[in-house]
Amino acid sequence: MKRRSILQYAAVAAALSLGLTACGGGGGSSDAKAAGTVRVTLANHVWTEGIKAAIPEFEKSSGLKVELTQLGEDQLSDQYNVKLNAGSDEIDVMMYRPLQEGKAFAKNGYLADLTSKVSADSGWDWKDYQEGPVKASTVDGKVVGVPIITEREVLYYRKDLLKAAGLEVPKTMDELEAAAKAIKESSPDTAGFVARTGKSAAVTQFSSFLYSFGGDWTDDSGKSAVNSDAAKEAYAYYGGLIRNYGPANVSTDMSWPEAMAIFTQGKAAFYTEADSLYKNATDPAKSKVADTVGFAALPAGPAGSKPYNIPSWGLAVNQASSNQDNAWKFIQWATGKERTLAAQKAGVPGPRASVWADPAGTSTYPKDLAEAIAASAENGVGHDRPEVVTVGKAREIVGGPIVDTITGADSSAAADTANKAFQQFLDSEKK
Amino acid sequence: MSVLTPPRSAQPGAPSGRNAGAGSGARENFSAWANRHRKWLFAAPAMIFVGVLIIFPLAWTLYLSLTDSQGSVRAASDFVGLQNYLTVLADAERFWPAVGRTLTFTGVALVCEVVLGMCIALLLWRPFRGEKWVRVAILLPLVATPVAVGMMWRLIFDPNIGFANQLLGMIGIPPQPWLSGQDTALGTTIFMDVWQWTPMVVLILLAGLTSLSEEPDEAARMDGANSFQRFFYITLPLMMPTVIVAILLRGIDALKTFDILYATKGKGGGSFHEVETLNVYAYGLSFDYNQYGLSSAVLILFFMIIVGSMWLLTMRKKAVSK
Repeated sequence: MKRRSILQYAAVAAALSLGLTACGGGGGSSDAKAAGTVRVTLANHVWTEGIKAAIPEFEKSSGLKVELTQLGEDQLSDQYNVKLNAGSDEIDVMMYRPLQEGKAFAKNGYLADLTSKVSADSGWDWKDYQEGPVKASTVDGKVVGVPIITEREVLYYRKDLLKAAGLEVPKTMDELEAAAKAIKESSPDTAGFVARTGKSAAVTQFSSFLYSFGGDWTDDSGKSAVNSDAAKEAYAYYGGLIRNYGPANVSTDMSWPEAMAIFTQGKAAFYTEADSLYKNATDPAKSKVADTVGFAALPAGPAGSKPYNIPSWGLAVNQASSNQDNAWKFIQWATGKERTLAAQKAGVPGPRASVWADPAGTSTYPKDLAEAIAASAENGVGHDRPEVVTVGKAREIVGGPIVDTITGADSSAAADTANKAFQQFLDSEKK
Repeated sequence: MSVLTPPRSAQPGAPSGRNAGAGSGARENFSAWANRHRKWLFAAPAMIFVGVLIIFPLAWTLYLSLTDSQGSVRAASDFVGLQNYLTVLADAERFWPAVGRTLTFTGVALVCEVVLGMCIALLLWRPFRGEKWVRVAILLPLVATPVAVGMMWRLIFDPNIGFANQLLGMIGIPPQPWLSGQDTALGTTIFMDVWQWTPMVVLILLAGLTSLSEEPDEAARMDGANSFQRFFYITLPLMMPTVIVAILLRGIDALKTFDILYATKGKGGGSFHEVETLNVYAYGLSFDYNQYGLSSAVLILFFMIIVGSMWLLTMRKKAVSK
């Protein structure tokens, strides 16, 4: 058995890494189970920082030992690709992105079925979880993960700049554009608006604009809809905002760290981003504008204000792990009401309704942010990217018109091209 | 490990002629057997290494490239023959531009590194005061991890808050897009590669220079040749074998460059695939799209390009050495 798994591991590593030097290895001890160890792989994330500090509590109460591996998002994906592909039992608990990898992992049989486990413990209370996050962690009727953090897109803005320009906080997309224009014109060094621009990275943030203009990635019959009138307007609007009122020399590779840096360096007035990243903007150690940041719900488009409301990360159990009961014990502890409240107070918006209902749950949030979150949770959409198996490829396709518009190409033609490619992609997934 | 097991037919004590107890007899057998097969025995670790780390992965990749494997390597896949190769070779959108970029990146980086490396090596050739310090300073980029180098330059070249544009601003030059420009990104990554790897070329060329015999140079000096003439007609021709070794070593590495490109431009080599080389493309096919069959086909083609170009260079080296 052992020899077989080594061979499989080698085969997959070989297949995936020929010619590449970037695949870091990383082993775990094979006698882990005997010693009562849970091997947990987590992403670099604010949630992880909180749980890491609390792990000694869990070790004390459960008598189990936790072996923690912590990786950057991309490295985490690569590790999963290699290890899960090889059927490795070296991971027990894994932090994963339900909307990005959930379907693919479930389809490949990497994720253990947790349905009976989540419903067995009424004190832990699965029913307490919000509907959107539950839906995203359920594949083909089976619960395959427990969400740990939720996100909605909100508007970050600079109170001082708005005041100086005599502007109100924008409530609609038109007002946002007018305000961005006014600020860019009055001080050319400051961008009116900044947001993600990377082809794939921007897709999730663009999604809220798409919904607010009345569009979606696919129509009711599952056909590609990225060239609908609403989608074309949304592409033109989002790309146009960045092109016309964005930072000078705007790069088309920005994900949140780059866009956030521009905002927190005081070089932009408006910024749309996930609420879960708000600490980066309000922490004086990271942000030059910590005192003057305000938050508001996403401005309303022709179809209203429809930001995404999604679970960005969840915990799952590796199907190949022979340590599944202990893995579940860890998840149960890490996602309990008490831990969720503690995490939420530390700035991680959680998926539990009871924690949001508890005034303590929002006590540490800026008041305007808490209001924006509450409003977004009400009319939010449960996905922020196409709901397909190969999400990476789909994002590349539907993100095309965003970068094309930013660089000044015809957004309508770009949307038509993307629509054709996306339909082909959807057809290929059905096979 | 069947190679280490003494064959049953081995005669006890045959070569040495000594006759001892049963235990030492077995040892004798083994040592006699080992003696007879020593050329295999000593080569065995290296052969196992090559087999496990080179031949097996290659064979496996070749096998995958003939299947429609996707999603999971363990999932059932069908044998599709050369279909993946046909798909890849007909792909004018990503594959062929990636081939072009790979060759451009390698070619330009190599020329810059060899020319610059030769200049620096010539400067360092003759002993001078503080030579040690200069050598250490020149070698510094070599010891840094390529990913860290990529991250560092990415910060320096940030179009809005990066140091490079601030520096340009001080001397009155408008900000440049560097990594973010569709036309400038590949050039910028080549610059980063040159920054990091020229020292290695310097090292190799310096070793070659110091081993050159001084006599031809002195004879030319006596005959009144100036330093340019001495370099182009004496030193350079004598250095050609070393230069080709440097090109070979650096060439293989430059073709395979991945870390710098991925660290600065991410998946797909940027939003417009502006720095997507074959390696980055194959990586995206595997890790982002989970299309292992297609990715393997790209890697096999890539492997053939590497082997082909190295073969050409080795031929050239043989011709020069004659």
